Amino acid sequence: MMHETVILVVGLVGVLTTASLVAGMLSWRAPKPLGPTLVNLNQRINAWWVMVLAITVAFFFGRYGMTILFALISFAALREFVTLTHSRRSDHWVLLGMFGIIIPFQYWLVWTAWYGLFTIFIPVYCFLLMPAITALNGDTERFLERVSAQQWAVMISVYCVSHVPALLTLNVPGFEGRNLLLIAFLIITVQGSDVLQYIFGKLFGRHRLSPTVSPSKTWEGLIGGLVASSLLGALLSFLTPFSAMQAAAVAFIACLMGFLGGLVASAIKRDQGVKDWGHLIEGHGGMMDRADSLVFAAPVFFHTVRYFWTV
Amino acid sequence: MNTLRTSTFTLLQTATSVGLSALAWAVTGVRPIWNGSEPSERQRIYFANHASHGDFILLSACLSEKVRARTHAVAAAEYWGKSRLRRFIAQDMLSSVLIHRQWTDAAQNPIAIMLSVLDKGHSLILFPEGTRNTSDEALLPFRSGLYNLSMARPEVELIPCWIENMSRVLPKGQFLPVPLLCRVVFGPPVAIAPGEERRAFLERARETLLALNPRPQRDD
Repeated sequence: MMHETVILVVGLVGVLTTASLVAGMLSWRAPKPLGPTLVNLNQRINAWWVMVLAITVAFFFGRYGMTILFALISFAALREFVTLTHSRRSDHWVLLGMFGIIIPFQYWLVWTAWYGLFTIFIPVYCFLLMPAITALNGDTERFLERVSAQQWAVMISVYCVSHVPALLTLNVPGFEGRNLLLIAFLIITVQGSDVLQYIFGKLFGRHRLSPTVSPSKTWEGLIGGLVASSLLGALLSFLTPFSAMQAAAVAFIACLMGFLGGLVASAIKRDQGVKDWGHLIEGHGGMMDRADSLVFAAPVFFHTVRYFWTV
Repeated sequence: MNTLRTSTFTLLQTATSVGLSALAWAVTGVRPIWNGSEPSERQRIYFANHASHGDFILLSACLSEKVRARTHAVAAAEYWGKSRLRRFIAQDMLSSVLIHRQWTDAAQNPIAIMLSVLDKGHSLILFPEGTRNTSDEALLPFRSGLYNLSMARPEVELIPCWIENMSRVLPKGQFLPVPLLCRVVFGPPVAIAPGEERRAFLERARETLLALNPRPQRDD
């Protein structure tokens, strides 16, 4: 696994260095002061350095690192989600429980690899008990809206996100001890697909895909990005138990889910009248702005691998 | 002995203010938005909406450590002076100024107490609603203190500060905060216009503060 890790780190540093150099050249040649697009591009690339560094550090701490990192990502995402949606004073204890009980318990289930409860704790028990607590509190004002927002918040930010470190619990024959690489494969293809869709959209984008939800998304961007990230997946098949063809197919599914995640996140933001989820990551917006694609991709990727490759 | 006592308290206050600001950031990711005024060390009265004990901590967290050391929140003596512990927290740890909302004794005149702090060159954080707002109204009518202070010390800048979301983070009667993102929007200074009446000024100051709310409730 050391071998693959070295290739990954060298590859990522290479890509980011190239990006920084290109952006540096563009900024150097552009008239001063820099326009908003270039400023944002520089911020985004700098933030990518920080994110890659954070994930690399977590990677070297293995199961501990990944579980803690994604619990923190859940915390940041949940905080953004709940901030944006409607709640009332009577929801205080339910909201506290989401942060104080649901996040730690769900990640404890990941840690202990208790698959049976991991998959149903939020969709069954939290789904039923959270509205029960809200009803017991007796405040029925906009009840369904509040309860739905809470359900969505924990499903998206905790349940879906927790499927990333849960990849470490899968038992793929002949792949023992190398599951961290599955996480690397998922993150690189899905986040790479976001970047590739953006680049293809900027270069060739003509036909808008969903003008009412996300005006910047185009068919050219989507198709170009998906094809390119499937190829990227095939190139990265050496990280995985998949053949090159299988890796391309799995990457395609994950990246398509990632695209849908971005679309749904945009619809939520538009409904709530905001442009970004938050300001945690300079140039990108909030944690959810960066993680929306991963959120949708992770559970499907997890179950694809579990169904076809585990015993 | 007295110097030792004073310096212990200063140390305690600095530690408290740094610690609380760090905590406020960890829980709420608080960010100041300077929208019409700039950070400055000049003497000011920051006036803000009030719904939670956390309001003053959030606002202070947006000021530099140097400004914070010379800025005192005005708090109700009826509440914060009630027990030794509360008094210790309010006065010794948070260096706030306690005033009586209901007063009979001239020595308790809140305006005189606040002016004595201003006369030391320090700044104030004031919640002109006079109490924590638990109503559905975004902002309660203002009490007269803001007007009286500004009439007496017109050179002190009045800065409106809209504190976002704190009522959801730590509502009245709760002691555990829900981590939600908060912002504090600092608006343009408000001053009494020549010949402006008390009522008119207070309403104008209130409207200025309300206008800072970046996300007014849409349908409730």
